[in-house]
Amino acid sequence: MSEAQTQLEIDREKGNFRYDVDYEFDAGTGLTEKTIDYICDVKGEPDWIREFRKEALKKFEAKPMPTHWASVDLENIVFDNIRYYLSQGQKPKRTWEEVPDEVKKTFERLGIPEQERKFLAGVEAQFDSEAAYSNIKEAVGKQGVIFVGSTEGLKEHPEIFRKWFGKVIPTGDNKFSALNSAVFSGGSFIYVPPGVKVSHPLQAYFRINAENFGQFERTLIIADEGSEVTYMEGCTAPKFDTATLHSAVVELVALKGAKIQYITVQNWSNNVFNLVTKRGLAMEDAEVKWIDCNIGSRLTMKYPGVVMKGRRARGEVISIALAGDGQHQDTGAKMIHAADETTSNIVSKSISIGTGRATYRGLVNVPRHLKGCKNNTECDALLINTNSRTDTYPAITVRGTGNACQHEASVSQVSEEQIFFMQQRGLTEAQAMSLSVNGFVNDLVREFPMEYSVELKRLIDLEMEGSVG
Amino acid sequence: MKHLKIEDLHVSIGDREILRGLTLDLPTGQVHAIMGPNGSGKSTLAKVIAGHPDYTITSGDILFDGESILEMEPDVRARKGIFLAFQYPSEIPGVTIANFLRAALQARLPEGEELEATEYYAKLYEKMDLLEMPRTFTSRPVNVGFSGGEKKRCEILQMAMLQPTFALLDETDSGLDIDALKIVSHGVNSLRGPGVGMLVITHYQRLLNYIVPDVVHVMVNGRIVESGTKELALKLEAEGYDWAQEPEAVEANA
Repeated sequence: MSEAQTQLEIDREKGNFRYDVDYEFDAGTGLTEKTIDYICDVKGEPDWIREFRKEALKKFEAKPMPTHWASVDLENIVFDNIRYYLSQGQKPKRTWEEVPDEVKKTFERLGIPEQERKFLAGVEAQFDSEAAYSNIKEAVGKQGVIFVGSTEGLKEHPEIFRKWFGKVIPTGDNKFSALNSAVFSGGSFIYVPPGVKVSHPLQAYFRINAENFGQFERTLIIADEGSEVTYMEGCTAPKFDTATLHSAVVELVALKGAKIQYITVQNWSNNVFNLVTKRGLAMEDAEVKWIDCNIGSRLTMKYPGVVMKGRRARGEVISIALAGDGQHQDTGAKMIHAADETTSNIVSKSISIGTGRATYRGLVNVPRHLKGCKNNTECDALLINTNSRTDTYPAITVRGTGNACQHEASVSQVSEEQIFFMQQRGLTEAQAMSLSVNGFVNDLVREFPMEYSVELKRLIDLEMEGSVG
Repeated sequence: MKHLKIEDLHVSIGDREILRGLTLDLPTGQVHAIMGPNGSGKSTLAKVIAGHPDYTITSGDILFDGESILEMEPDVRARKGIFLAFQYPSEIPGVTIANFLRAALQARLPEGEELEATEYYAKLYEKMDLLEMPRTFTSRPVNVGFSGGEKKRCEILQMAMLQPTFALLDETDSGLDIDALKIVSHGVNSLRGPGVGMLVITHYQRLLNYIVPDVVHVMVNGRIVESGTKELALKLEAEGYDWAQEPEAVEANA
């Protein structure tokens, strides 16, 4: 197979369309206890969740914006102008035929039903606050795999749900995890029974359709002992003049010997604040791997983490961030070593174009009493056009003896000589830049599954076309 | 027959004039050599023809088959059929030779037309055999970690694949040992023909033993000071460039 085919292709304009939808349920703008009561009533949730949400609201209100270290652009989020819950109903449909036309049209245009037929073990398609469609292939369901929305998960499978919900990421972890805990809706609940290896990926697709809207999905994935699962998420929104907020919380639990791979291709439009908390817990001999690709949004703040709690647990974050004009990708990784012989690997590549800004923030912690832990961190940044900016804030704390850590960082620039050389071979300036960028991320793109790899190249091409004056 | 004509070309970089009234006519079907001492402006000439943005053309013209190319972007000139084998080609990390050449050929096709992969690889392998390059070469990123000889061979491979009308070879012999020089020359010679004009830029006569030129030009201080047959190259080898320097230039260099 040739390499060009393994390059990712994503179309930045693909999601920029919108069909009018009548919402049956609308919590209105602004966030108070009443908003929470509305959401709980509409969803018919048990009391413990209502209390959990209200407790979270207090924490959200008490916490200041983290602008002492993060971008002041956060101040531009007006929480009172946001609509916190919009849906056409709570129960996702099991077949595409039952999905309302305008919603179905949206997902068809995004190619979701087609992908499902081709290579997915299950799909959940969320439209604003709720999943419009959710289905798992019969064979996978028969293995005992549970793949439902968060509401259904907490109602139908409380014995597993409650044990882990909010345990990997506590409500008060940060202001936005508290916000999500107060108003969460949608997202996936997945349970994979012991020893079951789900051969094809499960996919969730998140679509924002409404203006001035906040999407707060909540995902909890539990891979029981010795099981394996791959989950992929994609997302798009139309371009609105006003800002949209997406603030998810994703918790992963890999029990003894289990493997979870979580792949994100974030392609939000440039008006979306994407503030997401993602963390996995890896028990003995378990592995959690985040593959995170951030292309869109106005501001993304996301630092997927792995807490390696059991001996020989492994954590990995592979990330690509592309910050085009006016965008800020503030991404990174957290690796918390909490047992002996745990290993973690972080590979981060960022591309800044024009006024785009890419920031890497890393946190690696190996306490003194542990032995045989290893971390490898690599951060590479590529700058295109002189006014682009990149920052790296690695915080690596490795204490004690017998633990090893390796850190490498590089910043490179697409040079004029390189562009001239490629132009001399017949490529336009945009094609030349695009090829350089694809080359830069090439070794990471190989880590992406083939199905997604059909997408990044087109996106990079489009970004480059836009960046050439 | 097509012509690449350079007419009374004056070129500066910053406020320093490098080419000072250079005139040259290169027809297809011929190989012209340009020889000259270091700093005479040989490489500048090659880069200016290819459209390098660092240089300012203050007067004169470059005509591709009668049409001025001065206003054209480098990639437009390339697609028209001008090829420059660089003295120091750039590295493109992560982009393999196979992908790079495919992109370059694809850029020459009309929109909506896709390069046929089987034919492409057949042609690529054929040209690589000609240059005695192992097949594994296709998957190496362009010029990254290449030896001097590998870089030059790779330049000729690109020329063979892109089939230019006018090829400019800038110091293609520099950094080559005798075996590599023979292979590269063999590659270049096999590309000679009625449809292509070549301009071979070199400091040493050595290369011209292998790529025998139809015309030799001597360039000193931004001008062609003498043109002749291949015997001129031998004279330069024996006598050096001093005889060809203009009196005021000799002074300036002293």
